[in-house]
Amino acid sequence: MLTAQGLSIGYGKTRIGSGLDLSVGRGEILCLLGPNGCGKTTLFRTVLGLLPALSGTVFLGGKPITAQTRADIARQVAYVPQAHAPPFPFEALEVVLMGRTARLGLFGQPGRDDRMIAQNAMDRLGIAHLAQRDYSRLSGGQRQLVLIARALAQEAHLIVMDEPTASLDFGNQAQVLAQISTLARDGAAQGCGIILSTHDPDQAFALNAQVLLMKDGNRQAQGAAHTVLTDANLSKVYGIPVSIETTSSGRKVCLPSLNVQSTPTITSDAFIIA
Amino acid sequence: MGAGKTADVALQRPALTLTGGLALCLVALAFGAVMIGPFGLTPGQTVAALIGRGDQQAAIVVWNIRLPRVAAALLVGAALAAAGATYQALFRNPLVSPDILGVSAGAGLGAVAGIFLSLPVAAIQVSAFIGGMVAVGFVMLVASLVQNTDRTLTLVLVGVVIGALAGAATSLLKVMADPYDQLPAITFWLLGSLAATTIHDILPALPMVLIGLVPLILLRWRINVLSLGDEEARALGVEVARTRFLVIVAATLITASVTAVAGVVGWVGLVIPHIARMLVGPGFARLLPTSALIGAGYLLIVDTLARTLAQVEVPLGILTAVIGAPFFVWLLARGRRGWS
Repeated sequence: MLTAQGLSIGYGKTRIGSGLDLSVGRGEILCLLGPNGCGKTTLFRTVLGLLPALSGTVFLGGKPITAQTRADIARQVAYVPQAHAPPFPFEALEVVLMGRTARLGLFGQPGRDDRMIAQNAMDRLGIAHLAQRDYSRLSGGQRQLVLIARALAQEAHLIVMDEPTASLDFGNQAQVLAQISTLARDGAAQGCGIILSTHDPDQAFALNAQVLLMKDGNRQAQGAAHTVLTDANLSKVYGIPVSIETTSSGRKVCLPSLNVQSTPTITSDAFIIA
Repeated sequence: MGAGKTADVALQRPALTLTGGLALCLVALAFGAVMIGPFGLTPGQTVAALIGRGDQQAAIVVWNIRLPRVAAALLVGAALAAAGATYQALFRNPLVSPDILGVSAGAGLGAVAGIFLSLPVAAIQVSAFIGGMVAVGFVMLVASLVQNTDRTLTLVLVGVVIGALAGAATSLLKVMADPYDQLPAITFWLLGSLAATTIHDILPALPMVLIGLVPLILLRWRINVLSLGDEEARALGVEVARTRFLVIVAATLITASVTAVAGVVGWVGLVIPHIARMLVGPGFARLLPTSALIGAGYLLIVDTLARTLAQVEVPLGILTAVIGAPFFVWLLARGRRGWS
């Protein structure tokens, strides 16, 4: 559904990353991992066609993304930004309805069918009761779910999520993660393809996702979570000792070393840089 | 989507009732404004004059003096409030007024230049209109040449720059103007007034305002989506640059047309959309007509005060500021219900 090969990303003359290959189909989850500033957001903007690729081409539905209109793209890829507050107090349902924009004519207004689709999307995520609430006054987790509902209302087969669990509490993180897993693997509704970025490698294990591990804009490793997320790879990318352990229930978790000996090293490094 | 209409009507019924109520209030206000003035009229006399009966003098007052002015106040108020609601949604900021991109500064410069050159009234109005349109056109041109990813911020900042330049040029003309003849005219124009407005001033402005409203009505849903910001609007399928260009041109056409007739009338486009948003929420399809109706009523009241408060006319800009500024503070104090 979405493929890209030998992609170079960046702004104007500033190259942020290169040599990136992506391929996401229905029912697949691709998880982008990497330290702050490694180019995840730039890659997202390129994949969404919001930023031109410096070299290489993003193909969406078999056609180059640069040859498609915004509405064409929006019918195929939905974008879930980090939960934000718009300047005006729209109702949550209105925000979800905005996902229908690409399905309306240029001068169209959402009608009854669109309303039903929006309401169903909210139902599916268990937030139907929020429909008439002021979106700007919802909690971070509720807003994130509303934005995911908007992506569902968009009826795109691919959803790109920018750190969907950032700034959510422990319980909401698990809830959003469970929804993402359901979206991709829901057989009845034909699963979506999902690309998400996260700062928590455990989530890649939990979602049983494909992983693109990035450092300084380049691919460090790519493949299934259990092959890519190794002690060595994670230690290298994040610059701290990390060990992967298996819990008694069989789930894998990543544990950063909190060894006190490493602390003075980091501090003196910071001083040298300063 | 023929079946979609019923649900929409059901959903918008309270809003329609509100719109109808506001329209009725407006008619009552207009009738009252026609009665009030130095030559006082009873309701009976007014009705008689309106349907073409009654005495000659009352008919002249109603048809030649009061009605044109009432119509002008309604048009200017509705236009400024509609443009304000548009700019606020477009720039994602509830503190934006129609002059954000320098349309008032440009129109002011155009009018002052016209007065300075002792042009006839009609030419001054054309000059003001062109000044407003050129200023905003210039802002959009310069902003498109600036390499910056935040288009909205670039537009606003260039608007400030061009507005300041136009303001400087206006000040220069004021210094050079004849202090006994031209300077009072310039000052009066820059504060806004409908004192000299005739039916011949309104007739050219009316179609311009209506033309400007057409794209705003057609694009009402997309204007909502634009208020989420460029990146998100594009990801939702909106061609942002094109849509924004069209909306800015439409809102500027509306503002420049009425500014050419009434001079610079501040605060209406800033305050009225807030009240409208409190009543019907931020959805643009309902916000636009509600803003226009309230704006029309508000400016009619203010203009009636302007011509009846004192022996001499009080400039509109002074009254809208005196009423608008404290009202705005009150809006801020009562907890930002119109925005978040």
